[in-house]
Amino acid sequence: MSELKLMKGNEAVAEAAIRAGADAYFGYPITPQSEVLEYLMSEQPEKRTGMIVLQAESEVAAINMVYGAAGTGKRVMTSSSSPGISLKQEGISYIAGAELPCLIVNVVRGGPGLGTIQPSQADYFQSTKGGGHGDYRLIVLAPASVQEMSDFVKLGFELAFKYRNPVLMLSDGVIGQMMEKVELFDQQPRLDYFDPAWTTTGKTDDRGRNIITSLDLDPYLMEKHNQMLQAKYRKIEELEVRVEEIMIEDAEYIFVAYGSSARISQKAVELARAKGIKAGLLRPKTLFPFPKRIISELADRVKGFLSVEMSAGQMVEDVRLAVNGKVWVEHFGRYGGVVHSPNEVLDALENLIEKK
Amino acid sequence: MDIKDIIKPENKVYSKTSLMTDNALSYCPGCGHGTAHRIVMEVIEEMGIAHDTIGVAPVGCSVLAYDFMDIDMTQAAHGRAPAVATGIKRLWPDKFVFTYQGDGDLAAIGTAETIHACNRGENIVIIFVNNGIYGMTGGQMAPTTLGGMKSSTSPFGRDIGTMGNPIKMTELVANLPGVYFASRQAVHKPSNVRKAKKAIRQAFENQKEKKGLSIVEIVSNCNSGWKMAPVQSNIWMEENMFPYYPLGDIKVDDVILGK
Repeated sequence: MSELKLMKGNEAVAEAAIRAGADAYFGYPITPQSEVLEYLMSEQPEKRTGMIVLQAESEVAAINMVYGAAGTGKRVMTSSSSPGISLKQEGISYIAGAELPCLIVNVVRGGPGLGTIQPSQADYFQSTKGGGHGDYRLIVLAPASVQEMSDFVKLGFELAFKYRNPVLMLSDGVIGQMMEKVELFDQQPRLDYFDPAWTTTGKTDDRGRNIITSLDLDPYLMEKHNQMLQAKYRKIEELEVRVEEIMIEDAEYIFVAYGSSARISQKAVELARAKGIKAGLLRPKTLFPFPKRIISELADRVKGFLSVEMSAGQMVEDVRLAVNGKVWVEHFGRYGGVVHSPNEVLDALENLIEKK
Repeated sequence: MDIKDIIKPENKVYSKTSLMTDNALSYCPGCGHGTAHRIVMEVIEEMGIAHDTIGVAPVGCSVLAYDFMDIDMTQAAHGRAPAVATGIKRLWPDKFVFTYQGDGDLAAIGTAETIHACNRGENIVIIFVNNGIYGMTGGQMAPTTLGGMKSSTSPFGRDIGTMGNPIKMTELVANLPGVYFASRQAVHKPSNVRKAKKAIRQAFENQKEKKGLSIVEIVSNCNSGWKMAPVQSNIWMEENMFPYYPLGDIKVDDVILGK
């Protein structure tokens, strides 16, 4: 039986982690996501499922604990907010290079630097283009509700193990802090099988030693490894795109927005329709893979795109690449911790329609 | 005695541990890493725990330790080995987990990970090879480089006033309650190799008994980085490193010796 609860987004992540059968969570406090660690510590999942929760000495240590544990085939995760995610980038690069499954949650706050503790979506580049050093991609999920904060934990672990690739859930301070009803999924069992082909659980007589590493001093072998990673990313791009389409069938203008900006843009669609403007919303649930083909096809029949983001304009670049000059693509968004209103979004669209 | 008698199985007095691979060691001739690797693997073999052991390799000269140690291993980012080992050990408390780290890795960039793994009393073994220099990157100054000692980044000798003091990391962490056993050894002479192996055995036995963290420092030479011949480097080590980093047990059975 699924269970209906009123929860904060951050709490939903924590509860979903336990229910998804996570083996461990390693984290470090930072606003606005500390409720994840707080909830887990007070819930004592070790008693419920045997899940381990450890407060690390830093985000750097936490992601390396994830790396070590993920290498043994366990289902592990961490969470943080922007400055803390920056600290984790070294470890994330190693995890991507060594092809380990794990879940990382970023409840984004305004930057750059220490920035602010208010919501933001300014970590889009960092999340979708790699983030750390080297050529790699994370699978990036963008929840737009407390419900998805829960559902995407489960989905994130599934995709992480399907592709042996780190999955990043790119949330923001609005989704993390707000309370909504959430239908919690049933308790899943923790893992009891650890693939002897790659996990470091101790070398047994029936197999050679397993090594978790991202190092190869031979550049030709390293190139080969990179080519294999790229092939995996292309496969992910082919198979794992997820979007929500709202009033898109007859739309002339498309808002492209994810996370809380999508919620705001959905209201802007309603306001626009009330004024007779045929607006629609395309909400990517996956930011990598990005819905390039869907946007490219839409560009054949709509008049323009407005990328709505709480940033100075990051995702808009990917929308432009997908549209490839067929129609206009612009950006609107407040940033640095400021959240735009539906009316501001509508105004931006109306101004563009008038100008173009 | 004929050669055929000498090689008879019953006359065998020594054989390489099966847990060292046949890959050619990447270490410079004269370096102590090979011996340190061997005695760690011998201990694991003698305790019969190879199938339950996971090693964590660092960044540094021993970055490729997993090419030589025939057990499951994870390569850690520079300095992060104790955190990586924590992640493994917390989820597999009945397995044996050890890190093998150099002084730059453990005592500079990984200071936070080292101190906090020690402070939490993670039930792991840390093998800490201290040669007072960054060997792999070509002989730069390390946190453990002695005062006045020349390196490529302290070409006129380490100036304590501006470059800081060489850090005695093993004494430092021995003061933390999570550390159950701390010992400093060397591997340049057979008698030292025996003592070092005994300390490593003690460290792994402690892990078996779930006593907390055990750290064994091995003061070693870096003849290439020190720009010396191997024998000369060992004499220099005895005359300069050992007075500052004295050999012997520092903390045994949770008690700091000499206090």
